[in-house]
Amino acid sequence: MTSLTELCLYEARDGLKNKSFSTKDLILDHIDAMESSRKLNAFITETPEIALKSADLSDENYANNTNRPLEGLPLGVKDMFCTKGILTTASSKMLSNFIPPYESTVTDNLWNNGAILLGKLNNDEFAMGSSNETSFFGSVINPWKKNDKQAELVPGGSSGGSAASVAAKVGVGSLGTDTGGSIRQPASFTGTVGLKPTYGRCSRWGIIAFASSLDQAGPITRNVKDNAILLNSMCSHDPKDTTSSLKVVPNFESSLGKSIKGLKVGIPREFFQDGMSDEIIKMWDNGKEWLKNAGAEIIEISLPNTKYALPCYYIIAPAEASSNLARYDGVRFGHSVNSNDINEMYELTRSDGFGDEVKRRIMIGTYVLSSGYYDAYYLKAQKVRSLISKDYSEAFNKVDVMLTPSTPNSAFELNEKCDDPLSMYLNDVFTVPINIAGLPAISIPSSKDKSGLPLGLQLIGKPFDEETLYSFANIIEESSNFVSLDDKWWIK
Amino acid sequence: MSVDIDNVKKIAKLSKISLSENEIEKFLTDLNQIIGWVDQLTEVDTEKVAPTFSSFGAEEGIKKRSDVISDGGYREDVISNAPKSEEGFFLVPKVID
Repeated sequence: MTSLTELCLYEARDGLKNKSFSTKDLILDHIDAMESSRKLNAFITETPEIALKSADLSDENYANNTNRPLEGLPLGVKDMFCTKGILTTASSKMLSNFIPPYESTVTDNLWNNGAILLGKLNNDEFAMGSSNETSFFGSVINPWKKNDKQAELVPGGSSGGSAASVAAKVGVGSLGTDTGGSIRQPASFTGTVGLKPTYGRCSRWGIIAFASSLDQAGPITRNVKDNAILLNSMCSHDPKDTTSSLKVVPNFESSLGKSIKGLKVGIPREFFQDGMSDEIIKMWDNGKEWLKNAGAEIIEISLPNTKYALPCYYIIAPAEASSNLARYDGVRFGHSVNSNDINEMYELTRSDGFGDEVKRRIMIGTYVLSSGYYDAYYLKAQKVRSLISKDYSEAFNKVDVMLTPSTPNSAFELNEKCDDPLSMYLNDVFTVPINIAGLPAISIPSSKDKSGLPLGLQLIGKPFDEETLYSFANIIEESSNFVSLDDKWWIK
Repeated sequence: MSVDIDNVKKIAKLSKISLSENEIEKFLTDLNQIIGWVDQLTEVDTEKVAPTFSSFGAEEGIKKRSDVISDGGYREDVISNAPKSEEGFFLVPKVID
């Protein structure tokens, strides 16, 4: 019999509704897939007992016709979301023993909608990284390999475990967080669909904070429809997050299949880079063609401050991180190193508990916020942020969505970029500006490069217009005929 | 602007991170590379530009809740992750002589 893990989210949902199989059957197959994919190192904590217990409740609900929207569907959750009574580490030694006494709002919403936790997923330490190599729990391995089947590749980051698990068909979807591309870049590297919602769409309460003005939770799934369904259950207004929106949450699933005839697609010319590979250019051209064929109008636009987005981000994000991570003091929770002197205790705890990339960012953040440098760096960056946001709001007077590549390249090899922080940062050149402007954006697998690795197209939307993104993403998905991964080499 | 050894030591002190001599050397190189790169923002004319601290709020505004107690009463939970605690308090090394 084929494993039930072959079914995507909506297929599994429909199968459960039609009583073709039980929740328990579905969960058992996913637990089996999780256990046999340990080579990928996607999970930090597996929670099979919780999943099986929840499956019994879901089966009762189906029997009594009291099933909820995501009843019985197994999901992986990035280890940045606090889960009550379940180890939550942010992939850091600093939190390697942290058991939250509370549940994040987004995960709480999912469990209230009937979804089932399969386990907690690996990520870059405190979500700082673009390859999942900064995790205290080791690198995640991309389920995709080049045609030659040799080298192991990174899944992207920081939501590397979230993307890798979905590409490997472990769980029907997963949760990620995106501060500068941490959902969309790994989605692009693993042939999955990843959406970063508008800032304010999902509550940040209970998500371990990295850069609070940029962080957003979002879904990673095997297809666009699954993504829309999952997002619906994540969103809500949350009084515990002052930046949580009061806007009504639409039914995202119903925006699939809507016509895009007459709508305008902006192609930002500044995203075209010198030395851009032919494969990326061709994918971008194909994307334009598909949308044109569906009746949309393609318009070239300009976002003049695009080149400043990445340096602007690498001031703002570390500044906010240095402040957010001040709480790790070895006193109230997490890792602690003994000393008789309190200052020495703080310094030794933080030196031992944080990895190099986290230290690097805390130090940059501390520098740009320190007396004498605040105006020159931090305030300057916040002014440039205004200019970047203005570029987008003006362009969105002329167009309905924008189309760009998600990343400048496909997945790279483990250890390839580890020693050069700047070349790692450049991976996020197409995704970072969107967080700075607080906009929604989605990455959709669209083609493969010459070595057989997936490449993604990014659609950028107006604030709180995820619906239009899903309508367009659906067309790209249908036009691209992207063939997902079928070789489960890690089981052999 | 460039960063020197004393800057790195000062930043590490402010960040409450203890660094070995080797690490100081390594972070000096990294920080100089990154700071040198973000310095390109000086090209941008921002004289008449107001800063944006959050992309949220322009339309809806940051919400305030009424100033009433809405939470609490679970001291054991709060203390449950503490490396050292006693009688419901966090324990720290002696701070005053």
